[in-house]
Amino acid sequence: MKSTILAGALLAFAAATGAHGQAIKLADVAELSGGGATVGTNWKNGIDLAIEEINAKGGVLGRKLEVTHADSQSNPGVARAQVQKALDAEPYVLLGPGYSGSVKVTAPLAAEAGIAQIMGGEAAELTQAGNKFLFRTSFGQQSSMPKVAKYIHDEMKAKTVAVVWVNNDFGRGGRDVIVKELDRLGSKVVADLSTEAGQADFAADVGKIKAANPDAVFVYLNEEESARILKELKRQGVTAPLMGETTLIGQKVIELAGDAANGARGHVGLTTDAPVDLIKAFREKFAKKYNYVPDHNGLKGYLAVYMVKATTEKMGKVDPKAFADTLHGLTIKAADEPGTLMDVTFDQNGDIDRQSFLVEVVEGKQVVKQVLPKVK
Amino acid sequence: MSNLFDLLVAGLATGAIYALVAVGFTLLWQTSQTINFAQGEFVMLPAFLMLAAMHVGAPFWLAIILGILLSMILLGLAFKLLLVDPMMRHGVLPLAIATMALAIGIKEAVKQFFSAEASPFPSIVPTGDISVLGHAVSLQSIGVLVVAILAVFGLTTLLNRTSLGHQMQAAAQNPTVARIIGVPVERMILLTFLINAFLVALASLLITPIYLAKFSSGEVLGQAAFIAAIVGGFNQVRGAIAGGLLIGVLDNLAAAYVSTQYRAAVPLIFLIVVILFRPQGLLGRAEERTV
Repeated sequence: MKSTILAGALLAFAAATGAHGQAIKLADVAELSGGGATVGTNWKNGIDLAIEEINAKGGVLGRKLEVTHADSQSNPGVARAQVQKALDAEPYVLLGPGYSGSVKVTAPLAAEAGIAQIMGGEAAELTQAGNKFLFRTSFGQQSSMPKVAKYIHDEMKAKTVAVVWVNNDFGRGGRDVIVKELDRLGSKVVADLSTEAGQADFAADVGKIKAANPDAVFVYLNEEESARILKELKRQGVTAPLMGETTLIGQKVIELAGDAANGARGHVGLTTDAPVDLIKAFREKFAKKYNYVPDHNGLKGYLAVYMVKATTEKMGKVDPKAFADTLHGLTIKAADEPGTLMDVTFDQNGDIDRQSFLVEVVEGKQVVKQVLPKVK
Repeated sequence: MSNLFDLLVAGLATGAIYALVAVGFTLLWQTSQTINFAQGEFVMLPAFLMLAAMHVGAPFWLAIILGILLSMILLGLAFKLLLVDPMMRHGVLPLAIATMALAIGIKEAVKQFFSAEASPFPSIVPTGDISVLGHAVSLQSIGVLVVAILAVFGLTTLLNRTSLGHQMQAAAQNPTVARIIGVPVERMILLTFLINAFLVALASLLITPIYLAKFSSGEVLGQAAFIAAIVGGFNQVRGAIAGGLLIGVLDNLAAAYVSTQYRAAVPLIFLIVVILFRPQGLLGRAEERTV
């Protein structure tokens, strides 16, 4: 009897460790509810779409991909608990979270576990802490803000700028870089307004912008707050041109703000309206599966999974320990791995280099006005 | 100076909405000693009922009517029969706590059946500006103010000038005597619940185009209305109106001249000051109940 149990246990052990043919497990922790629900839902759907595609074509190195999704409720504390739980299950790679604050508190956990984390956060500081396991799916603020400041100064010819930002890690990070850059270029910041996450009433903030009468307004808030301030700017008749990042001109913002979004401009690392064939094809597939047009977070989730695929195929084996080393310095060409959609290079910090776009909202649609080339 | 004018107008518009919500709040307290901590969620829900009606194909005007009617059934009738009546027997406090539970329930239900994301909501007032005393004022602010003032005016006329209103006052002031002289007290109490439901539905219609339809948007509103009702005087409709307008303006001025971070604290500090020096509220009267 004892020997049968032993044999059974041995068999089970063999089955558990016999890696070949088993699914590769990914863990996703995202903002599926709370203030970041738009971000997290798009990110999750992008991941699911990529995994479905990859598995339909036979998986990665002959093994299927599997993912578990956990909800951070847009709360760093919850994100940390969820990431800890996800890491306990020893995933191959950790995906998410999307909010910079949540990435900041979870990155040390993943690094300690030696598991690569591919995330959506854009705060500058994230990749400057010497973490060797953290990778972006989009530009960090230190790469995008100088492009924005240059555009405000050179193309909008703004001598005075009002900067409105949301008082969290994301907003403060962007605000610090843009104020420094504008100052360097010689555009004066005449109003420097901090707002709260989840703020509903922007009458007072817009009143201050109006009083400062700037040549341009730089808006750096999360999606819902962006929609509210756009409406309020229109309501109070502010006519200065509006410049922002992806969060000012995203699909969700356009849907929420309606007419008020028209004319707003933004620098966009990723957009589903990019004049790139692979991105157009992605957009169609996504819209067909989920019945709505994704924002850049859908692209980020999709890319994250294809980063896993390209890196693993480059290694030729599923090795969580060597994953991060392989991805550092790696250039993935869209011609070789169409899932990455554009040529992309990762540096030693996990930062990304890729072409980007300047978008304007025209009659409720994102229109790409300029393509800004890869830095290197 | 023009900045101050803009702030005042925007503050009055928001304050008028707070006033609507606060008036409903005091009405329920007057007639049935219900402290409704779900009042904010009561404002959030009608917008979603209207959105639901539009999802199934109703035009906006019909959706508004359906939304208001449904609100009166759910947040008026059902709220009274299913929650207030059974809990009331056990006292004011258990009922207040039950309304807190209801608030959580409504929020989670909206999150479940709609989504956790915000949705756009059409405005009944067109966007655009008109000139008032040389200042550009948005039509939306004016529209909100006008609708809110009309609603409050209609309500006070009902309460003070009609027999129905007098019966409601009687039911609130002394239910026992009112019953003896033949006032249908139960029906009068139900009527205040229906009026409250109508007011919150109206507030929902006015505020949601600005704040967006979102499951959590009732939290701020409920708190603001609660503060407004206490500051103005919990036992006076006119106190709730004054309190609402005051809190709206104060909130905007605080955001502009104090700091955005502490804007939420300023009305609360004001509340503490009022309670310390005038516990019955600015316009309230001690030890008296009237609607």
